[in-house]
Amino acid sequence: MNQATSHSAFKSQLKKYYTFYAGGFIGFVILLAIAEQMGMSKQWIGYWFLFATIGLYAGIGIMSRTSEVSEYYVAGRRVPAFFNGMATGADWMSAASFIGMAGTLFLGGFDGLAWVMGWTGGYCLVALFLAPYLRKFGQFTIPDFLAERYGGNIVRSIGVVSAITCSFVYVVAQIYGVGLITSRFTGLEFGVGVFVGLGGILVCSMLGGMKAVTWTQVAQYIILIIAYLTPVVWLGTKHTGIPIPQIAYGYTLQKVGDLEKKINADPKELEVRKIFTDRAAAGKAALADPDKSYAAGKTKLEEGLTAAKASNNATQVASAEKALAGYPKDVAAAKAAWTRDTGLAGRAAPVRPHAQPFPGATEAAQNTARLNFIGIVFCMMFGTAALPHILMRYYTTPSVQEARVSVFWSLFFIFLLYFTAPCLAVLAKFDMYTNLVGSSFASLPAWAAAWAKVDPGLLNITDFNGDGIVQWAEVVIGGDLIVLATPEIAGLPYVVSGLVAAGGLAAALSTADGLLLTIANALSHDLYYKMIDPSASTTKRVTLSKVLLIFVAGTAAYVTSLKPGDILFLVGAAFSLAASAFPPLVMGVFWKRANKWGAITGMAAGLAICVYYMVTRYPFFGINMPLWFGLSPVSAGMFGLPLGVVTIGIVSLLTAPPSKEVQELVEHVRYPHLKGDAVVSEAR
Amino acid sequence: MQLTQKHNEYWHKNLVVTGILLLVWFIVTFVEAWFARELNGITFFGFPLGFYMSAQGSLAIYVIIIGVYAWYMTKLDKEYGVDEGDLE
Repeated sequence: MNQATSHSAFKSQLKKYYTFYAGGFIGFVILLAIAEQMGMSKQWIGYWFLFATIGLYAGIGIMSRTSEVSEYYVAGRRVPAFFNGMATGADWMSAASFIGMAGTLFLGGFDGLAWVMGWTGGYCLVALFLAPYLRKFGQFTIPDFLAERYGGNIVRSIGVVSAITCSFVYVVAQIYGVGLITSRFTGLEFGVGVFVGLGGILVCSMLGGMKAVTWTQVAQYIILIIAYLTPVVWLGTKHTGIPIPQIAYGYTLQKVGDLEKKINADPKELEVRKIFTDRAAAGKAALADPDKSYAAGKTKLEEGLTAAKASNNATQVASAEKALAGYPKDVAAAKAAWTRDTGLAGRAAPVRPHAQPFPGATEAAQNTARLNFIGIVFCMMFGTAALPHILMRYYTTPSVQEARVSVFWSLFFIFLLYFTAPCLAVLAKFDMYTNLVGSSFASLPAWAAAWAKVDPGLLNITDFNGDGIVQWAEVVIGGDLIVLATPEIAGLPYVVSGLVAAGGLAAALSTADGLLLTIANALSHDLYYKMIDPSASTTKRVTLSKVLLIFVAGTAAYVTSLKPGDILFLVGAAFSLAASAFPPLVMGVFWKRANKWGAITGMAAGLAICVYYMVTRYPFFGINMPLWFGLSPVSAGMFGLPLGVVTIGIVSLLTAPPSKEVQELVEHVRYPHLKGDAVVSEAR
Repeated sequence: MQLTQKHNEYWHKNLVVTGILLLVWFIVTFVEAWFARELNGITFFGFPLGFYMSAQGSLAIYVIIIGVYAWYMTKLDKEYGVDEGDLE
């Protein structure tokens, strides 16, 4: 049997396995649905989803265990384009995409679309500039390419540092997501949830490296896409009457626009918003002289109580007593309450139309908002195209041609989720505008009552004007609510909520798998094998990688347990930093003249300006220098990338051109197949 | 190995198609976003066009860009004899 037939036999076998698997998974969900009807408790449904899916991933991991170098690092380079596309999809879509994306769009409207565009459009850059050439180069890691192309350990080290930094920041966010989902749906403690999830990640990636991770990620993609689409299709059919809501929700968006106008004109809404304005103003006034205001406020309430007692009205006495009991115990507590009140000013603003881009009172403010929108799109795109755990996946296809096709499938599978998220946001908004707004506090929709009780951080409804009716201004929503509560909003049984949790878990685990492997490989392959001990045996390298994997996972879990603050900023920062690795990768292929010193100074300059801009502008660091062009620090890559390109250009031209061998390497990667090639790409 | 005239032609054609697709990418991303307010004046299937492009239209075009590139390059590989054959 020659290679071509064995490859297609392998492919058809894979198709059979995964079709069987997807059918089995759907059967499993149906069985649980029946069990729910027969009275299985919610907690048990949660456990079943958690342990069955993690057990499944571990099973795939055990079946694909390996100690062979090319199997461990690049899955034997025989992953067909279609399956590599699914694996990349799962690798790419994180807990943030799965759970957070629709919420960001719900809250931000048009502005949230910057993330959607950035996280998909980046794949065009991967396809046009990187995937085929990296595949032809055909080694194991991204620093491998930088080192071989530019020569020397300095370039490799910068590559390793940048790969590890951005992957580590990103993996912390994933493990956080794992802990959140397991604890929410099973009632396990956050810390326990983190370690259960971590166990699943480790069994899989440690035993089988890239090979196990690839086949697990395919399985995880299938679960996450079923979990994401099911409730949206259901909700969409309910509101649009068409089972492909992604196409039909334009008319729902129009209705949302009309409802927004109605809400903004509603006198009751205006009343609530005026309460916010007044309380914010009162809070601000009180804060000017806290001690005096505290005493005055207390005296006023005490006088009220005396008056009520004098009038002998029992209800008045009770309410006056209650008001006095609710008064802050001391000045410090009162100050905190007033500060909270000043924050209400933000809620006094009218609803901004969902589809309206670039908010701002003046033309200038709107243009700054537009620049920031474009900044985010830009940084997310170039960051995507330089993230090592994604680029690594294109080393695993059997050929250059399959690598190109595989980027197509990758984006197609990612697209399925990303073009659904904006639809979900609009449908959820429509449902809330029609069913939640205007309902009475005594009979809230069932899902709203349940979530408001479970987690006030996700849903908080307070009757500020005391009319017993819900006004939109009285509702505060946390972004994660949208995806988590959609099954209940759509009126689906609890088993679908369990399915969504399993999907979120799959998204977080698959991304964590890929990231941990990238970090461990950068350390074991690039740092140890290539720089410290080039004579290390293959067994030693693979074993070292496995040990490092446990160590890195443990460290990441520890950092996660400290619950570091602003995760969205960290993720944004990781992308901006990753973007600085993009110019040397691309110029290495497209410009023969680019040389070692150009690459070193270019990467260093790009990274330096990114870090400088973030540190001096991001409020966390407390320096807060004025912004350049009003561009927020998350988009620091807007400066880093062009500077990197220019620096590489100038420095390369000022120093000697690269050697003949390097120029031949560039020619080698530019053509999928040249005579005499086979020896080079197969021998390693 | 020494590259022939034919090889250079292949690379040149690759650069041209890359450039064209990159231009399309640039237009549906940055030009579209820049004029989103103006585009929103046009309605498309009930959507304001600017919103529709950012939420779905541009995304679909990205998928098509990559598909076209993969298809065209496979053809070009065969035409110029630099394809990998059926061996792998």
